[in-house]
Amino acid sequence: MLIIGEKLSIIAKRVREAMMKRDKGPIQEIAKAQFEKGAGMIDANIGPAEGMEDLMEWMVTTIQEAVPAPVCLDTTNYEALEKGLKVHNNEWGRPLINSTSNDPERFPILELTAKYNCDVIALTVGKGGLPADAEERAAIAAEMMGRATEYGIPMEHIYLDPLVLQAATTQDQALKVVEAIKMFQDLNDPPMKTVVGLSNVSNGCPKHIRHILNEHFLTLLIYEGLSAAIADPAEIITTVKTVDILMNKTLYAHSYLEM
Amino acid sequence: MAFTPPKETNTGKVYSVTMGNGEKAVTVGGENVLPFHGFEGVVPNRPVIAFDVLDIAPVDWPDTVREVYAGVSDDPVKWAKYCVEKLNAKAVALRLASTHPDNGNRSAAEAAETVKKVLDAISVPLIILGSNHAEKDADVLVRAAEVAKGRNCVIGKAQEANYKTVAAAAMAHDHLLIAMSELDINLSKQLNIMITQLGFNKEKVIIDPMCSALGYGLEYTYTVMERIRLAALTQNDATMQQPILGDVGMYVWKIKEVSASEDILPAWGAMKERGIGWEAQTAAALLMAGAGLLIMRHPDAAAAVDAFITELM
Repeated sequence: MLIIGEKLSIIAKRVREAMMKRDKGPIQEIAKAQFEKGAGMIDANIGPAEGMEDLMEWMVTTIQEAVPAPVCLDTTNYEALEKGLKVHNNEWGRPLINSTSNDPERFPILELTAKYNCDVIALTVGKGGLPADAEERAAIAAEMMGRATEYGIPMEHIYLDPLVLQAATTQDQALKVVEAIKMFQDLNDPPMKTVVGLSNVSNGCPKHIRHILNEHFLTLLIYEGLSAAIADPAEIITTVKTVDILMNKTLYAHSYLEM
Repeated sequence: MAFTPPKETNTGKVYSVTMGNGEKAVTVGGENVLPFHGFEGVVPNRPVIAFDVLDIAPVDWPDTVREVYAGVSDDPVKWAKYCVEKLNAKAVALRLASTHPDNGNRSAAEAAETVKKVLDAISVPLIILGSNHAEKDADVLVRAAEVAKGRNCVIGKAQEANYKTVAAAAMAHDHLLIAMSELDINLSKQLNIMITQLGFNKEKVIIDPMCSALGYGLEYTYTVMERIRLAALTQNDATMQQPILGDVGMYVWKIKEVSASEDILPAWGAMKERGIGWEAQTAAALLMAGAGLLIMRHPDAAAAVDAFITELM
């Protein structure tokens, strides 16, 4: 399963300050630490970035100077996205846009996806609010897949995201997300790729139990075939490796966690 | 529409490992497909057969195989040269059997002297094996690795009880290393991890999952080898992508099937052919399971296996 390192987010004070000052040091240090812990891709969350259209370009370049991995470009800012995509080095894989949805305001993202031949996260929400269950998520996913086809985007470039909700407030949604991961894969042959923003499940919970919720939720999702998770690699790598062992995807050895 | 046979392709690949140096160096491994599946990918190197040479005259070998080396087996230098010059051996495995505490207990210094003489006499790659006494081997193989410096030999066998010392010696003197575990794929992987954690290059290791003769647990060796290859190829497991050794001869030439004469057991057929066939059959099975390096004893068995490899390549 692909781990997309989530730590480079404008929400974190240290990262935000480094972004504002264009200070490469902390950005590269965090990117490297995530890569070494097992991230196969680095998320760069710059927020809406209004008036800072050059920020994504700087982030992509800064990250890829430090780690040989593709970047997940996380913003709703069309112009910033395009500038980032232009400088992305595809040697280690295609960039991933985070994200489009079923909201017409997010359709232009598909133009960029097609134009730069990159991957895109398709969040299964529309304009009308949060999806109620797995079936609604799958229906939205199918609609978005149809639209992506019109733009000429291959199905294997799409990661369907069921939108993880908070266990603390909408407890019944956790299992619906798990079901959605299973249903999404059946929408195409070969199966559709799937992704979640994992830590959302424990949003609003006390810090000391957050990782427990995240890791156990991830186990359920991987079992159903999850392809990727936006998460903290240091936190989840043990779970990912252990589930790989239990699902017989990696050969067991006493030191499997060290590999 | 013409029928296109389906092809299985893999994400992983076996490391290419080169033994020895100069013109006589040989390379094993490098394939990205199951054994002899050249039609699905690349199989750049033939499996290699090394001839077994002991540092002491083999008193317990059955006549069928002892007779072949009758004039040379009193001296490992003559023996090794005979294998290279007369039997066209591509590699030699020198087994320092006499260092075993129960078989002469020769010192590490004496063994090193033998290694040096053999190396001076041949230019094909040399596999240097201890007596399979973990404690004594640690001592013997350290000295042997030292005198063999510069020849890119294969040192073995490192096992759980002595791997730190043996691997350090092989690393210090730029040799390859055989990592042996006892018919357990998980322990085989674990040993490889521990050896690489010492700083040993994982691409200079050869896996010995422990051999066995046909009729004496060959299916255990077969399945462990096969699963190692599948982990390497289909799961792209970097800790299992080393070439595999089949130490065939020593396991075959001690069983009753190769030494019981036809006078006693007429139904079993001619003893000599039976023994040669037994070694060849065991080796052929292990090639199919994924072995890339074999250590064999009878030249007729080796020739049969070599012809088999040619057929399948």
